[in-house]
Parts: sequence; structure tokens; C-alpha cells
Amino acid sequence: MGELLLAATIAVFSVKNILFMLFGVSAGMIAGALPGLTATMSVALIVPFTFTMDPISGMATLGAIYCGAIFGGAFSAILVNTPGTPSSIGTTFDGYPMAKQGKGEEAIFTATFASAGGGLIGTVILIFLSVPLAKVALKFGPPEYFWITMFGLTIIASLASKNMLKGLAGGAFGLLISMIGIAPIGGDVRFTMGLPAFQGGVQLISVLIGFFCIPEMLRIAGNLSKQKMQAVNVEKQEGVLARSFWNVFRKPFNFIRSAIIGAFVGILPGAGGNIANLVAYNEAQRASKEPETFGTGNPQGVVATEAANNATVEGGMVPLLTLGIPGAPPAAIIYGALMLQGLRPGPELFSSSAHITYAFMVSLFVANLMMFVVGILGGRSIFKIVTMIPAKILVPSIIFLTILGSYSIRNNMMDVIVMLIGGFIGYLLKELNFHPGPIVLGLILGPIAEKGLVQGFLMGLSRSNPWTIFFTRPISIALIGIIIFSAGWPVYRELKSKYQKGEN
Amino acid sequence: MNKKLLSILLVSLFLVSVLSLNVMAEFPEKAINYNVCFNPGGESDLTARAQQQPLEEVLGEDVVIQYKIGGGGAVGWSELVQAKPDGYTVAGFNLPHIILQPLVRDNPGYETKEIKPVFIFEATPNILAVHKDSQFKTLEQFVNYAKENPGVITLGGSGSYSANHLGTLEFNQAADIRTTYIPFTGSGEAVPALLGQHVSGLMTYTTMGIRHSDEMRVLAVAADERVPAMPDVPTFKELGYDYVEGAYRGMAAPPGTPDDVIEKLAEANLAVNEMPSFKNKLEDMGFQIINMGPEESEKFVEDRIEYYKKILAEVGLL
Repeated sequence: MGELLLAATIAVFSVKNILFMLFGVSAGMIAGALPGLTATMSVALIVPFTFTMDPISGMATLGAIYCGAIFGGAFSAILVNTPGTPSSIGTTFDGYPMAKQGKGEEAIFTATFASAGGGLIGTVILIFLSVPLAKVALKFGPPEYFWITMFGLTIIASLASKNMLKGLAGGAFGLLISMIGIAPIGGDVRFTMGLPAFQGGVQLISVLIGFFCIPEMLRIAGNLSKQKMQAVNVEKQEGVLARSFWNVFRKPFNFIRSAIIGAFVGILPGAGGNIANLVAYNEAQRASKEPETFGTGNPQGVVATEAANNATVEGGMVPLLTLGIPGAPPAAIIYGALMLQGLRPGPELFSSSAHITYAFMVSLFVANLMMFVVGILGGRSIFKIVTMIPAKILVPSIIFLTILGSYSIRNNMMDVIVMLIGGFIGYLLKELNFHPGPIVLGLILGPIAEKGLVQGFLMGLSRSNPWTIFFTRPISIALIGIIIFSAGWPVYRELKSKYQKGEN
Repeated sequence: MNKKLLSILLVSLFLVSVLSLNVMAEFPEKAINYNVCFNPGGESDLTARAQQQPLEEVLGEDVVIQYKIGGGGAVGWSELVQAKPDGYTVAGFNLPHIILQPLVRDNPGYETKEIKPVFIFEATPNILAVHKDSQFKTLEQFVNYAKENPGVITLGGSGSYSANHLGTLEFNQAADIRTTYIPFTGSGEAVPALLGQHVSGLMTYTTMGIRHSDEMRVLAVAADERVPAMPDVPTFKELGYDYVEGAYRGMAAPPGTPDDVIEKLAEANLAVNEMPSFKNKLEDMGFQIINMGPEESEKFVEDRIEYYKKILAEVGLL
């Protein structure tokens, strides 16, 4: 393998490949930062151009775009509270408060270091642990996916620890929205109100833009006279770079744990960065000695989500390269590109075409290294631009972008209408002190939970009681244990702090 | 010169100019939007992407692929039937999807006959595949086990009311067995369930059998003849089961598109199908190349409507 890696490194480091990858990382970053242009779409847009390239350059370019896009989502999350891709949802929780406190640049640089570092850890896992990890991933069947989503829902408890009832109501609301459209199993038409476009369900991106971005823009617009002209505060800070660097690497445990969570969630087909970043956020908060600072601008929150989401990129490549099963939607497109290049994912990629496979892995490593530089330079300029533009120009421009973005999801006006309605509801909910996190979580997890539940039940039909399948498989039992622990932890913490206060 | 002659002259002049305009304005004279109604990376996207470049060569204009995803294709097709019928908006269409959705949904936003087929260019027959470590080495063992243990065998496949779903029901009938069909969202999503041995087998497409040939054993293929990419796999018919099923994919235009435009697009599709590079690439991936022009496709769709109505009625889904 050493020889292969060396040969692959030499193959990647040609001027042409480096230029393609620089283009990929930068283009991906910009696409990721634009709400509505997801990593999936960015990769799909570039695929036709890679047909004319040789396989290594083509794959390296696609990989670089994917990495860049997942990272780019952090920019809009931090600066305007809008996850550019669903993988940056959690980045808004602490990144945007940091920006509001004038620490936007620090948040961006922290995200850069965490993303690039997370991606590097992910790549190392991909190169050295692919085969055993892919085997573990296959052990997860429908019942396990059901329990994973139930575990995901326990994140509500940490997101809304101050008001559990509102958190649970939000989660239930999100689950309900996720049911609009054709049932994933059975094909029933649900809650479409007779509109054909709703057969495809409500688009997550529309809801994200509506819930996160619009209420903030309305808030800024409403306070315009009282505020300074700029939408984003800047406080002159010395040594931002160094401080951001230390944010990530001073507490390596948070960073490494988040990257590992990201890589593992990425490996599971059907779960991607949108779930990984929230799980990592949850674990970071749980492990923290000062959990109450999360959500108020704690850089560790940004570290967790960004390290996790960039590690999912490489995690998603594990089942793709070893088994030919894409771990995430963008990986599915890279799969298509591989096939059209005449390569067949699976064991062959590690024998007859191993030179291409290892070159692709090495190129991911290089792309993440590039992100350090491109991220700092690009982040600095985006930050400057956003802070220079007066709010009365910035706010309408961003609203305009959100309309373009939600239209571009699948060129459908319905997605724009949903986004605007979502914005209205989001504004009301914000006034009523509902956290948007649980709603979005419900929306993401709903379809996966439903599939897991129904498929699991169908699997169990040959048993005398089909439901037992959910409680008898070893991984399911382990997951149930984790869920009980995860749901009980915030309650325990609450009780403990009450008890201690009582002592004093 | 009398008035009559003048008017004849004028009319003929007008006619000539119109005709020459028609000759000048030969379709296509601008980019063609080719809508893909399924997720990027799936079979429909893959084959449309493979067509894109050769189509551009044949037509001499850009072919722009746009994604109109959702509802198992219904979102894209409901938009297609509303689009301007000038041939500059076309979409990929799939059988049996465009037949089954209007049959089982109240309002999918389109009717089967509104989707005007241009060309059916490829098909993926169903296959019955099991894990390579499975106890079933032959179809006979599989059927015998299913007979002795009714309802115990689970078969994963792509979606509800799909070729995989209907195929499982048809095979159950043909072999007089009872298996449980478990729908997954997309053919790719069903594969991990088989590799992790969470289902006993897959009713999936030939393409999956080729992609994962190292990890799965294909017991039989539901085609009329053996598929070139898997010459050792027998057909169900050879083994005595009257069961042929699969998905067909093609290009369709909005209702009312002029026949000469449809003809032009169909010729381009045919030309692409005849390119050895295109044909070989698709056949290696497990696709069957099919050449069905507009009339033939329309006739085929009509036949399939009757066929699926019968099947759905037989299994009690209609």
C-alpha cells in the first residue's frame, strides 16, 4: 500500500491536477455558501466537464468540489444565519451568535481550521480503515436505522433544554412536514393539497432558508434605524488567526471526536452531513463542562459541526469505493461519474484500478489542505464584503438570493412559495421563542425513521410478533441503551444542578 | 395584367417565402432542455448523461440537463405536460412509472397519454439476486424453500408500484409462492440491505447485478432472452416461469409537439443508440439497448397499460 500511496501522490501532484482542484475547492466553496446550491447540485453541475478529463483529474476535481461545497456552507451559516447546505445547520447555532458579537472573522477561521482538519482525519480513516468500516456499516439494517433516528431525536433535549415542551412540539411539527408527499414506502399520496408539485414533498433547503434566514433578515431590517449601518458587527481583533487555530486544536478531543462522528455517520448509507453535524454538536455540548454556553457563541460548537461535516465527505466514500454503495447523495453522483469513466466501484477499484482509487484518496487529502489556504483567503474577503455592504443593501440582496436559491433546487416555483411561507412561520415561531433546530431535525429524520420502521416491520413479518425485530438484534439493543442514556443525560444534569444549588 | 393573375402571383410568392422560412427554421436552432426526473446518480440520470454529449453531436445544438425531481418522477412529468410543445423541452420517461402513477394516485398531475413518447432507448430487466453466501444456489432451491416456508422470504426492491414491486407480485403468481416485498427508495438503497443480509434477496435491475456481481448471485433474469452482460444467467422463461418484467426508459415530449420535431428527435436518439461507444458503455453497465421510435413506443405504452391493469386487478391492488 505504501508504494501505491507514493505513486498516487506523484500522480496527483501535476500542475494540471492542482489547478483543477484549486478551481474545484474555490467553486465548491462559493456554491456551498449560496443557499440553495447544495453540494449535490454543485457536483452534478461539474460532472459533464469531467468526461473529457482523464479519470484521476476528473475524480480529483469532483472530490475537491464536494469538500469545498460542504465547507462553504459555513460562511452563510456564520454571517447571515443561513446554512448554505444542510450540513451546516448546527454551525448557525454558535457561529451566528459569534458574528453578532463581532467575532465573525474568528468564527469563519475556526470553521476553516475545523473543516480542513476534519477532512484530513476523514481521509486518513478512508485510506486506512475503509474495508473493516464498510463491513460494520452493512450490519445496520432497517431496524437499526429506525433506532438511529430515535437517537437523533434525543438531540432535541439538548437543543431545547430550557423549554422541553416547545422543543418536542417543534420536533413533532418537523416530523409532520416531512410526511407531505408520496410515502417512501407504499407510495400513498399524503397532504399534497391536490398540488402535483407537493408529491415530491417539502424541500429541506426551502425550509432551512425560510426558518433560519428570513426571520434574521426581518429582524435586521426592523432594527435598522437603531443600529449601525452594517448588518454584521466587526470588532477589530488582534491575532484572530492564532486564536481560531487554538479554538480547534487546544481541545483536540472535541475536534477529533466530531471528525470521527462525521466519518462514521457518513459511512452509513442514507445518513449524511445533515445528521452528522447535529450529532457532533450534541456530543460536544454533552461533553462540555459549560454546556450552557452552547448556542450563545461558543467556538467549540462551530468546531464540532464543521469538523464533522467535512469528515462525512470521506466517510461517504468508504462504502462507495469498497462496495459500490454511495454513502451520501453527492457520492452517488461521483459514482455515476466513475461508471461513465468506465470504472466499476467495488473490489476492482483496489486491484486493477488501484492507482486511480488511491490517487482519488490522496487528492481528497490535498483538497482539504488547500481548504486551509483558500478558506482563510476566501473567508477573509467574503467577510470583508459582507461587513462593508450597508444593511439596507445587504438585506434585500440576501432575500433576493434566497428566492433564486430556493428556485434553483429543482427549478420549481413551489419551493420558493414554501420558503416564503416557511419564513413567515419561522418569524412567528422565533417571536414565540421556538428554536428552529428541533423542527428541522424532525424534517430530516422523519423519512429515515419512517422507512426504518416500515421496512423493519416488513422484515419481521415472518416472526410471530413482527415488532420483536426491533428489540432483539444486538446493534438495536446497543442503540436503545445509548438512546436511554442520551435522553436521560440532560434531565440528570438539570437535577444535579438543582441539587447543588439547593446545597448552597 | 389582370387582378386574378396578380393575386395568384402574390399568393404563390407568399407561399414560397413561408416554405423557404420553414426550410430555414429547421429544428433545432437553439439549446434543448432535457429534464431528468430522478436523483442524480441513478439509472435515469446516468443514461441521460451518457446521451447528452452524443446527442449534441448529432443535433448540433446544446443539450442542457435539468433536474426536476420528486414523487417518483411525477413532479417532473407534471411539469413536462405543461411545457411549450416546441421540442425544446423534453424529459426522460420511465415505464412502468408513467402508467402506474396515474392508475394508483388520484392526481399525479399528468395522464399517461399526455406524455408523448419520442423514443425508448434502453431497458433494465428485473433480476432475482441473492447474497453470495446465501443457501440458494439455484432458482429451484429458492422456489422450493418459499413453498415450504410461505411468507418467510423477504425481497427488497426499488420503490412501491415499480417494476421491481410488480415483478415480485408477478413472480409470486407465476411460481405460486408467497414472498414479502420490502420497498426501498431507489435501486441503490436496496443493495446494502442485501449485502448486510437484512433481506433474503433482491428483485432488482440487471444494472445492480453487474455492479455488485462480486457480492451477489443472480438466480434468473426476467427478460425474453439472456442479457449480453450476464450470459450465464438463465431467464425465468427458460426455467419454466412465465415472468418477464423490467423498467424501460426513453425520451418524451409535451403533448402537441409537432410530428416532424418528434421525428427529428427520434432520429437523433436512434443515431446515438447506434454509436458503438455509447452502446458498448451502456451494455457493459447492464442496460439493454432498445430502438423504439415514436409510433412503436406509443403502441408499446398502450399495450402495457392494459397489461398492468390486468396485473393490478389480479393481485388486488386496483
